Amino acid sequence: MHILSVFLPLLSFLIAFFLSRKISDEIVDYTTCTMMAFSTILSLYCFFLINEYNPERIIKVSEWLNSGSLYIDWSLNFNRLTALMVFLVNFVSTIVHVYSVGYMNNDDRRPIFMAYLGLFTFFMLMLVTSSNLIQLFLGWEGVGLTSYLLIGYYSYKESANKAAIKAFIVNRVGDFGFLIGIFAIFIVFGTINLKEIFLLVDTQENTYFNFLGYNFHTLTLITMLLFIGAMGKSAQFGFHTWLPDAMEGPTPVSALIHAATMVTAGVFLMVLMSPLLEKTEFTRNFIIVIGSLSALFAATVAITQDDIKKIIAYSTCSQLGYMFIAIGVSAYNIAIFHLFTHAFFKALLFLGAGSVIHAMSDEQNIKKMGGLYKKIPVTYILMLVGTLSLTGFPFFSAYYSKDLIMELVFLDDSYLSNFVFINSVIVVFLTSFYSFRLLFYVFHGNNRSDEKVFSHVHESPNIMLLPLVVLSFFSVFSGLAFKKYFFGIDSIVFWGDSLINISLNVPESMIYQIPFYIKKLPLFNIILGMMFSAILILYLKKLKDFFKEKLKYIVLFLRKSWFFDELYDFLFVKPSKYIGNGFWKAIDIELIDNVGPNGMARIVKKMGSIVSSLQTGFLYHYAFMVIIGLTIFISIYFYLF
Amino acid sequence: MLILIPILGIIFVLMSVEEENSIAAKRSALWTSIINFLLSLYIPINFDQTIPHFQFVNSFSWFNNENLKFSLGVDGISLPFIVLSTFLIPLCIFFMWDNKKDKIKLYLSSFLLIESFLIGAFSAIDLFSFYIFFESILIPMYMIIGIWGGERRIYSAYKFFLYTFLGSVLMLVAIIFLYQEFGTTEIPKILNFNLPFYIQIWLWLAFFSSFAVKIPMWPFHTWLPDAHVEAPTEGSVILAAVLLKLGGYGFIRFNLSILPDASIFFTPFIYFLSTVAVIYTSFIALVQTDIKKLIAYSSVAHMGFVTIGIFSANIQGIHGAILQMVSHGLISAALFFSIGSIYNRYHTKNIAFFSGLKTIMPKLAFFFLIFSLGSIGFPGTSGFVAEFLTLLAVFSKSTIIAFFAALGIILAAAYMLNLYKKIFLGEINNQVLKANSDLKINEILIFSSLVFLIILLGIKPNLLLNFSTSSIERIITLYPISIF
Repeated sequence: MHILSVFLPLLSFLIAFFLSRKISDEIVDYTTCTMMAFSTILSLYCFFLINEYNPERIIKVSEWLNSGSLYIDWSLNFNRLTALMVFLVNFVSTIVHVYSVGYMNNDDRRPIFMAYLGLFTFFMLMLVTSSNLIQLFLGWEGVGLTSYLLIGYYSYKESANKAAIKAFIVNRVGDFGFLIGIFAIFIVFGTINLKEIFLLVDTQENTYFNFLGYNFHTLTLITMLLFIGAMGKSAQFGFHTWLPDAMEGPTPVSALIHAATMVTAGVFLMVLMSPLLEKTEFTRNFIIVIGSLSALFAATVAITQDDIKKIIAYSTCSQLGYMFIAIGVSAYNIAIFHLFTHAFFKALLFLGAGSVIHAMSDEQNIKKMGGLYKKIPVTYILMLVGTLSLTGFPFFSAYYSKDLIMELVFLDDSYLSNFVFINSVIVVFLTSFYSFRLLFYVFHGNNRSDEKVFSHVHESPNIMLLPLVVLSFFSVFSGLAFKKYFFGIDSIVFWGDSLINISLNVPESMIYQIPFYIKKLPLFNIILGMMFSAILILYLKKLKDFFKEKLKYIVLFLRKSWFFDELYDFLFVKPSKYIGNGFWKAIDIELIDNVGPNGMARIVKKMGSIVSSLQTGFLYHYAFMVIIGLTIFISIYFYLF
Repeated sequence: MLILIPILGIIFVLMSVEEENSIAAKRSALWTSIINFLLSLYIPINFDQTIPHFQFVNSFSWFNNENLKFSLGVDGISLPFIVLSTFLIPLCIFFMWDNKKDKIKLYLSSFLLIESFLIGAFSAIDLFSFYIFFESILIPMYMIIGIWGGERRIYSAYKFFLYTFLGSVLMLVAIIFLYQEFGTTEIPKILNFNLPFYIQIWLWLAFFSSFAVKIPMWPFHTWLPDAHVEAPTEGSVILAAVLLKLGGYGFIRFNLSILPDASIFFTPFIYFLSTVAVIYTSFIALVQTDIKKLIAYSSVAHMGFVTIGIFSANIQGIHGAILQMVSHGLISAALFFSIGSIYNRYHTKNIAFFSGLKTIMPKLAFFFLIFSLGSIGFPGTSGFVAEFLTLLAVFSKSTIIAFFAALGIILAAAYMLNLYKKIFLGEINNQVLKANSDLKINEILIFSSLVFLIILLGIKPNLLLNFSTSSIERIITLYPISIF
């Protein structure tokens, strides 16, 4: 049962990939979607199998590696946390599978696309169900690979290929940190099985570890290294550059991988590592800083972007920042809560954007749209639901998850958290601003596209709209319905040992003591942001131009997303080519070859010519040589003895 | 029983030379090598994994001298390489099935000759026999590069020969010295002697000079890219997949087992060279314009992991090194075969020539992607387990070395994926359109068998590692413990 819920997607991949020539595309669609649906149902069942008396179930599939004291098994670990993730991944994946059947309808390589989606789901499930770090790493790199394949799906496009490679390599930099972290864990704890590590955490609370010649606090070092991995995967500040480019992939991919599931893997990893994180304040503070920076950075960039998908991508980056802030204040359950609600509304937004793009004959620039709400009302309503959820409008899902994060930050009494709170309130304003800006540009105002495209605008087929309706249902209600499982007294029992629960340190009642104006600050900001964007875009266009003119350089700075790409190109990409050429031409060819083999050959040749020139054939030359030689020899002999 | 295998090979070589037409020659060579492979499977099946010492020992005297024996045997360290050699030779012969070559009989018999020598070198448990086999391999390899190579084949062949030969001369001196000292050249006996430190140093350097060129380590690597670029496909495969492994094998068998004190002394030196090799050659690989040269440089980087693993001198390190050698044997063979497939169709190895090849050869693109993933150490392939183990092992000794060597995995991803992108992805250009055939059945068979093994060793590495565990445990008792 448990095994099936994880391995069905793999089977789906194998069938779609290898049998796509033998069977028709429609059959591939049906089989993959059915298998995913089955997988979802099974994972839901697995989730309900877990209760207070059976908090976890570990299924050993087979042995993997056994070398010295290193034991690694292939195994599946189901507890409340992982089972929830399995369900979430399977669910969103099923939705995206069904949607893709409609969206990719005209693509003749659709079976391959479905296959990759299945493979991705499988790796993601391996990641979340792993009971040791190496299998987790397999899933971790595996989702990176499938992300690479799917971003580069339109492989004739140079930009898509570049984006794919960029995503893979930036992720690899993060993985590098993750891998070093795993080594450190093995050296320190002597095991890489999660359960055994958690049992041994207390023994390492005050130890130090020598890394690169410096002594670091062991747990701080380990968690920092793992966080580097998490930053890579979750596109946090500094590692975010791949995510906007990843939008080159087909839109369903953006929804599944670059919004709902894969990018949240970093958050999941950090939550999983909560027993270690709890022992190191430095790392948690670092996570808060990075999370806030990402939230702010991505939101500021999002307000200047024109590509509908890039706006949502930056928004993802920003929301992930919130999740990391939650982790930083030890609110692991709330981080998962936001991850959970975010998966629904972000997938909804992306798939809705896909529906818009579909309607607009593959146009992605929001400035070339406008006035679409009459033509595609259903999509409009769905997008509106997604937007309200994202901004955290009351009674929509993120209202519960995101506001909780901010309230907990407010309650946290460290010096740092004041800044973070102010920062996150500003980000709420920006979020609302860019989200409504998107809506207004796309659906309101006058049409700015050419007539031909506009006359083609049509509502998407039902197979695309139905998944959206399901998602919007969850976007609205998942916050309200599940709040009690993530926060408060009930949640302590519910989560058990699967994560460290904040509710132990912050009683629920404290939340109610927060002043009214603080509690309503986010809502105020949402409305402010909405009004602001409405004024700028719909009513007072002159004001907008005025701002644009006055803030020219800031706008450019934001549009270019703080010049990160240019900076990295200058710092890493160009030098590496330069270094490579230098090593190759200057050292390999000039130095080693010239001095080494070719040099030897030259010396031998020269020696030969010297020796042969000595052999003149004249007797007196030889006689002269003999006499000279004898003289030197005898004088040395007498000198020495 | 074991001794029969190489001899059997040689006999069949002679038989195949007698054949007149080329197909028959190929067929007999193929059957010979397949039979050889099947016979070699006898060893792992009957191998006792719990015995650390040599098994299946056969010896007879040599020069009528009681102390100079010709003896062969297998232990957990040599076993993987013997099977690797016998496995790859039939693939090479099968790969050239449809290709026309001059002097085909000589070509085929060179390969069978190499096979015999390789098995001899890997199974020799006597220094003299080892040396003789080790050196003899140069002759057929020299011929393969020099006769069937590319334009600059003579230069490359000379460079290859002189480089490797120069190293081995010093090894011969060391062997003679050992014989003078102990009156025997049998490895099992020498293992029991303790040498004073200053002698170990000199012997170590002598062996090192030979194996460092062979494996090759930085800065003795410059013969390798040249040799690869000029060698024919099958020659490159054998060169990269098996010949380089002689170096790593030699390091484990001689430097590490016989000269422990010197090995400890020189470990930082080896670490330094290997880490430089990993980073340096990866950077060079980034800017290569020739597919084969790129893969050749990446081989040097991969071998850097091997030497790091070996001199970590703990069980994970040597496990990792052996697995890395076998895995690189499979992956580099696969990559060179793929390049061969491309070359046979387009007669160029220039990266800039290609674009969008995926449209014409989707099957090759699929296989090439998997091989690239193996090469960059993607989890689930044998390359990952190997690199993970070696880096883990060295991390316990020196975090700095592990840190810098691990940078290699980022660079590897960069150059391999860039290569894949430049050749297979992008818009198809007119030059690529000229040829129009995807893989043939023999190529598909070869590639699938390699993919199968790469993934099998990736998810079940202990199928291989268990053979060598007890032999490694015997070696590492000579060294201070770093991790268990």
